[in-house]
Amino acid sequence: MALSPPVAADFALPAPAARAGALDTARRALLRHPTLIAGALTLVVILVAGVLAPLWWTGDPLEMKPAVRLRPPSAERWFGSDNFGRDIYTRTLYGSRISLTVGAAVSTLSLVLGTTLGLVVGFYRRLDMIAMRVMDGLMAIPAILLALALMALMKASVQNVIIALLIPEIPRVVRLTRASVLSLREHLMVEGARALGARTPRILARYVLPGLVAPLIVQGTYIAASAILFEAYLSFLGAGTPPHIPSWGNIMAEGRAYVQLAFWIILFPGIFLAATVLAINLVGDGLRDLLNVR
Amino acid sequence: MADLSRRHFIAGAAAVAATASVGLPAVHAQKRGGTMRFVPHADLKVLDPIWTTAYITRNHCYLIYDTLFGTDQNLQIKPQMVDKWSSANKGMKWSFTLRDGLKWHDGQPVVAEDAVESIKRWSKRDPLGKLLAAHTARIAAQDKKTFTLELAQPFGLVLEALGKPSSNVPFVMPARIAATPDSEQIKETIGSGPFRFVKDEWQPGNQVVYVRNPDYVPRNDAPSGSTGGKKVNLDRVVWKYIPDPATAAAALEAGEVDWYEQPSIDIAVRLEGNKDIMVAIQDPRGTQGWIRPNHLQPPFNNKKARQALLYMVDQEKYLQAALGQPKYYRTCPAVFTCGGPFETGAGAVKQDVNKAKQLLKDSGYDGKPVVVLDPTDIPLTHGAALVSRELMTQVGFNVDLQAMDWSTVVARRAKKDPPAQGGWNVLFTWWIASDVINPAVHAGISGAGSSAWFGWPENGRIEELKIQWARATDKAAQKQIAEEIQKVALDEVMYVPFGQWVSPTAFRKSMQGFLQFPAPVFWSVSIA
Amino acid sequence: MIGQIGRRLMATIPVMGVVAIAVFALLRITPGDPAVIIAGDYATSDDIARIRAKLGLNEPFVTQVGIWLGRIVRGDLGTSIFSGLPVSTLIRQRTEATIGLTLFAMLISVGVGVPLGVLAAWKKASLVDRLVMLFAVSGFSMPVFWLGFLLVYVFAISMHWLPVQGYRPLADGVWPFLRHLILPAVTLSVVYMALIARMTRASMLGVLSEDFIRTAFAKGLAPRRVLIHHALKNASLPVVTIIGIGFALLIGGAVVTESVFALPGLGRLTVDAIIRRDYPVIQGVILVVSGVYVLINLVVDVLYVVLDPRIRY
Repeated sequence: MALSPPVAADFALPAPAARAGALDTARRALLRHPTLIAGALTLVVILVAGVLAPLWWTGDPLEMKPAVRLRPPSAERWFGSDNFGRDIYTRTLYGSRISLTVGAAVSTLSLVLGTTLGLVVGFYRRLDMIAMRVMDGLMAIPAILLALALMALMKASVQNVIIALLIPEIPRVVRLTRASVLSLREHLMVEGARALGARTPRILARYVLPGLVAPLIVQGTYIAASAILFEAYLSFLGAGTPPHIPSWGNIMAEGRAYVQLAFWIILFPGIFLAATVLAINLVGDGLRDLLNVR
Repeated sequence: MADLSRRHFIAGAAAVAATASVGLPAVHAQKRGGTMRFVPHADLKVLDPIWTTAYITRNHCYLIYDTLFGTDQNLQIKPQMVDKWSSANKGMKWSFTLRDGLKWHDGQPVVAEDAVESIKRWSKRDPLGKLLAAHTARIAAQDKKTFTLELAQPFGLVLEALGKPSSNVPFVMPARIAATPDSEQIKETIGSGPFRFVKDEWQPGNQVVYVRNPDYVPRNDAPSGSTGGKKVNLDRVVWKYIPDPATAAAALEAGEVDWYEQPSIDIAVRLEGNKDIMVAIQDPRGTQGWIRPNHLQPPFNNKKARQALLYMVDQEKYLQAALGQPKYYRTCPAVFTCGGPFETGAGAVKQDVNKAKQLLKDSGYDGKPVVVLDPTDIPLTHGAALVSRELMTQVGFNVDLQAMDWSTVVARRAKKDPPAQGGWNVLFTWWIASDVINPAVHAGISGAGSSAWFGWPENGRIEELKIQWARATDKAAQKQIAEEIQKVALDEVMYVPFGQWVSPTAFRKSMQGFLQFPAPVFWSVSIA
Repeated sequence: MIGQIGRRLMATIPVMGVVAIAVFALLRITPGDPAVIIAGDYATSDDIARIRAKLGLNEPFVTQVGIWLGRIVRGDLGTSIFSGLPVSTLIRQRTEATIGLTLFAMLISVGVGVPLGVLAAWKKASLVDRLVMLFAVSGFSMPVFWLGFLLVYVFAISMHWLPVQGYRPLADGVWPFLRHLILPAVTLSVVYMALIARMTRASMLGVLSEDFIRTAFAKGLAPRRVLIHHALKNASLPVVTIIGIGFALLIGGAVVTESVFALPGLGRLTVDAIIRRDYPVIQGVILVVSGVYVLINLVVDVLYVVLDPRIRY
């Protein structure tokens, strides 16, 4: 592997953007991030496929037709059928609803809850000590074990899966927010504002939050990606969404016994899952570069 | 030899005779020695034979314990640990003498007192054992080798009880261990069986290890079922628990394990095509599937609502979903299994969804959610649950299908509380034929109410009939009473049978000496 | 510096305390009841009540916590409700497999991930860079078990190069031990590898833009030497951090991987215990695993200090 010496271009600063209209700037910025676009487009496709599932030549995801069980992909059944004769194509498309819902819900909720907690904790020193120990403690438990334990407490349902997945994510968001708050707290602007008599919530809203938006959005995309994967893991281990509700994790879990007999049961949801998670991760990366988040 | 055609299912003696030759290759000189690597159908958790009806515990016990009598392939009771026995006084007094050479794993000789204490402990829990105990005046050891049993009332099933093949089996253990109260589990695992349990190498969730018992003296007859000479041709038996069915099958094909107890039927069909693997039927008598309603809680505390369940069932649909491969299953309305001595169609109904809807209306069902337990880790019950959901919704029930694993079902089914507080309304299970083959062993037709098997049906008439059956002395009378019992059981809807099937087992052709029996048998087999 | 390490060590105790109590509390709220499962099929309500009392499940919460903590301090992690074996024995039986898997996976991840990251940084914005990064991102977007099944199908079932499942303890020989761990470790490492590659690349990019690197090149040093001796060494700090964070990820992946490959590890032990509500085992394992995680992070922090004299707490 021959290593070429660095060229001046590698260390050059990016050319300043022309001051043409905002749309132009945006377009140019996006063109520099093809993966961001690719990821976003993929997500849109999957979202449309899921939300408008009934439109895409699908059948009933729950309908069992034992007479045509374990059939390979064909013209009638694009992704084949499972051991109950259910159509994998239909189930995969409907499955995207569940997975995307879980991803979005876990992401949004953990951001909202984590940010609130982080802001509060960052501002009130006394709470900080206890809260951070608790957060550290929670982070020390491997996320999947925590989620599993939580699922074991509760009945299987999409709601509970969301709860079980968002709790392990909160500590990280809290840390992020808190770090931001701590660094900004001492900032002159804040001191000045306080001197002028501004109340805490106002300070938080005007000075701290804006700086947090970008990193939180990026973190949010990673949380969504992780949540979608984890839902699949929970279902695989038998502690995820209820079985008659098709989610990608569920479909693959049920197809587990058929790896050699009917690998299409695991193949297609797996491809969709990987593609979705990949897309979200690419969007996250792209956003991070775009918004200049460290 | 891996040919399993439909003929194996036709009811009647033909089936038994035909299947008796499947999986029993000509026994040429079998090599001794080696380690058998076996994949069990579940993880061994409980070691006490009367503590649970779980088949995995029963299978474990067959390795390390021995029984006084056994059941052979033709359902005949034959002596095992007993050498001679006699009955006097029209069957009111029995005397049993043990064989010579029986020793415990710790070297102590087996004495009659051990047998007596073991029977006593077993009869505290097992339904047939309780029945025996209820009819017994006295059971005691006479000397080191002989014990007697005196009945208080006539009871025609003494030998059937002592030779009961499946859960719970009256295994014999040392008197001091059998003296453990039935409210506690036994702490030691000393038996007199053909293998010894190597407790140090037991890794729960992963493996169980047994070694040959060099002190075991097998009988001289040919082995059949749990009777006959238990000659051991292996040095070690290792149970490797592989929860993932595809992995287990692949391991068998790759030669990493020798015997896979319960491949799923789809996988078995595929394995049939493998030239190194033999697929056989473990127990040709088959297994029966149940839909069991909870008689204590609404809506199924109302007989009409239960009958709605009875009329909604189309066995073919259930079997297709639960099992998938027609050559392994058959529809069967008989409570005591088709192919069994008490098979009858009395009281059976055909599917009639409209009638079911009407019955549900007449029962005054209020539309509250009906909790159906769905163990998703077992394809059989999962399939049954999904079909039930569909049919029940059609009939007009408001179904709440709750997914969980089998262990959770086992925990939850014991709860008599209302479903909203952790109870249940409908569950699914299965029993092997030996466990439901006659009114004395059948746990599902007990009408004892809250002390019956989960579901707790209450019906005095059926309890009377069962005692009549146990006391009947001729076959014709027994058959007639059994028919009557089935009529009551189905009318009362103690459970709804959803079909009958046989389970394939798969092993490498290097394994010889396979015997058909409800439990996997490790004597007689050898690894070439 | 010893003082700093000591202080860090002290700080872990309350963290572990929180973990311990959180785990304990979590399980005690559960509606599932181990007493019912233990009691067997014929149990009456009395039997179940008696078993609950024997397991100490009826004591007030605080008492239960106290008793448990007291035992932990003495090294007694309790006894499994189901098998009757001591939790420490169960953990000991399973540790070798998980450690073997985790270390092997970490080795592969670092061994492949770091060079990939360096390459990507070197060839920044080129096709190579994009491809490497795409590969990395795909790595942690794939579900672990899916990849596992794929690898098993190709390498074990089709080509018969490697075993389908199972585990050989180290005592049986180094090669059998490794052979059974290759597929699981590769499966597990892909996720981790991706993270390390990304982190290495980011870190290297940061370092490569520094003045001293330009100086090194100006001095005429060979590119390879500059890259490895100067750049990488300075870039290694964040990578070391990621190893600590990644451990938690590995454990999560190990749980699923052990399930696919039938490895007798801690992950499977915990999953089984959670499903059965075998409290002592769940508590014991989570405590031990979290403890190890905290310890690893402590080591990472110390390494940080050692490697970079600029940092002081």
